[in-house]
Amino acid sequence: MSDDLLLSVRGAGKRYGSRWACRNVSFDLHPGEVLAVVGESGSGKTTLLKLLSMRLALDEGSVHYAARPDGSGPGGLRDLADLSEARQRMLSRTEWGFVDQNPRDGLRMAVSAGANVAERLMVLGAEHYGRLRDEARDWMGRVELAGDRIDDMPSEFSGGMQQRLQIARNLVTRPRLVFMDEPTSGLDVSVQARLLDLLRSLVDDLGLACVVVTHDLAVARLLAHRMLVMKDGAVVESGLTDRVLDDPHHPYTQLLVSSVLMP
Amino acid sequence: MTGPSASTPLEPSAIHQGEHDYNFGFLDEQTKRHIRRALLKAVAIPGCQVPFGGREMPLPYGWGTGGIQVTASLIGREDVLKVIDQGADGTVNAVNIRRFFARTTSVRTTTRTELASIIQTRHRIPEKALHEGQILVFQVPMPEPLFRLEPRRAETIKLHSLAEYGLMSVRLYEDIAQLGAISRTYDYPVQVNGRYLMSPSPIPKFDNPKLHMSPALQLFGAGREKRLYAVPPYTPVRSLAFDDHPFEVQRWDQACGLCGSAVSFLDEVVIDDAGGRMFVCSDTDHCSGPGIARDPQSAETLAPSGAPASLVPSP
Repeated sequence: MSDDLLLSVRGAGKRYGSRWACRNVSFDLHPGEVLAVVGESGSGKTTLLKLLSMRLALDEGSVHYAARPDGSGPGGLRDLADLSEARQRMLSRTEWGFVDQNPRDGLRMAVSAGANVAERLMVLGAEHYGRLRDEARDWMGRVELAGDRIDDMPSEFSGGMQQRLQIARNLVTRPRLVFMDEPTSGLDVSVQARLLDLLRSLVDDLGLACVVVTHDLAVARLLAHRMLVMKDGAVVESGLTDRVLDDPHHPYTQLLVSSVLMP
Repeated sequence: MTGPSASTPLEPSAIHQGEHDYNFGFLDEQTKRHIRRALLKAVAIPGCQVPFGGREMPLPYGWGTGGIQVTASLIGREDVLKVIDQGADGTVNAVNIRRFFARTTSVRTTTRTELASIIQTRHRIPEKALHEGQILVFQVPMPEPLFRLEPRRAETIKLHSLAEYGLMSVRLYEDIAQLGAISRTYDYPVQVNGRYLMSPSPIPKFDNPKLHMSPALQLFGAGREKRLYAVPPYTPVRSLAFDDHPFEVQRWDQACGLCGSAVSFLDEVVIDDAGGRMFVCSDTDHCSGPGIARDPQSAETLAPSGAPASLVPSP
């Protein structure tokens, strides 16, 4: 089984001053698996996501990732802290994606949609303008954006479209692992539903592994195979999504599940 | 270049000019040595920006204080100095800097490209091909090519160290997408020796090909930003472009209105108040037009005391 691991987290923790924002988090993630991290705000979800994606440094524990072998190092399960900075940055822009909660954080607002989508390819050294545009158009189509808006600025797009643009921008290098921080929380309900549909089909088609941080249990139910429930920086419950949501064990999870409003 | 003096490098060699006593080349020897040391590092890593302790100069920032400090640290008594501003020897910046060095070093100055051993320039590379042994000193306002694309200095240093230059491609992509062509016509970004992204200073992109494999040593000084960088002789310099949108230089429909040159960089000059315009060579030394006043005898090498009388075309 361990040959098949994509991400292995052991005792991960991050401290701000003397306060632990999250601590003692351990889990494994397999290729193609979607893991939801739920919990109330302030429970350390986003901090955990930033630790996994190396946007923040660990204060304790470790994160191992099964990198593809390439010119800059061997493959196999590697401790991310041991990778050179060049390799880390390369990983985070080829094999990984990061979808911010607010698309304005994840997009370059001063350049057109096409440039946003093609940026990662250019960082990797693509130097053919026509092919960059074809690729950008193709990915805009996959996230249901009209190809003729390729030269429009992100600010001319609606919130839901910006979020889809951000997803296209991340998927253009065909990553294996995508981190999402509340990908649907800024959107209205109908747009949320369409975005979730889209995410689900992309995850299926591309075999993406995802770590999705959300406070919305419906998102977890729709997307995730497994979930972690966090409270006060610690994981209080983990398991298959349906099991956790239908038969919550921990009192906090029971509270969380029972406090969802039903229309 | 020839050393500042035959004596030990740190011994001041004063120029006596009336009541003013300056060290040779204005800067003190310690500073000159420090700048030369930084230049050595810059030459060793082509295109890499090397910080240096820039000094206050008796000119405001933006008038070439970086270039002046480079020139001052290199110039020796045997050198012949040429200073150009936008290609012209007779414009204010060029006259001032030439006079500054004439007064603080007493070296010979010239307007002839081929006779100069050091050419300090603002915004142009001379049309005449440079030869081995010459030094071209550029005045640089903003040494960081990623300026305006990435505002954090620490981040640009990281991008340079990891050779991550996708950001510049994004900018060029955006130019083509919005304007149909790469709109940058000056300060056009180049990659030096296949490694460092470099600002060639605000020279027109017309001059970019001259940077490539130049036999002359090319030094860049940014006084306000306190950075030096260099392109050693015979170093490949590539102007960034896309495979299907290759780099191109400017072309003009007409030739120089004074000398008829069809190969040089042309300036558009308004000549009357009725909309009359003409195109003339920006490089006044290259322009052999009749309006160019030139001393026919003495190979245009001027006495140390002054600036040339008249180099401005009088149409």
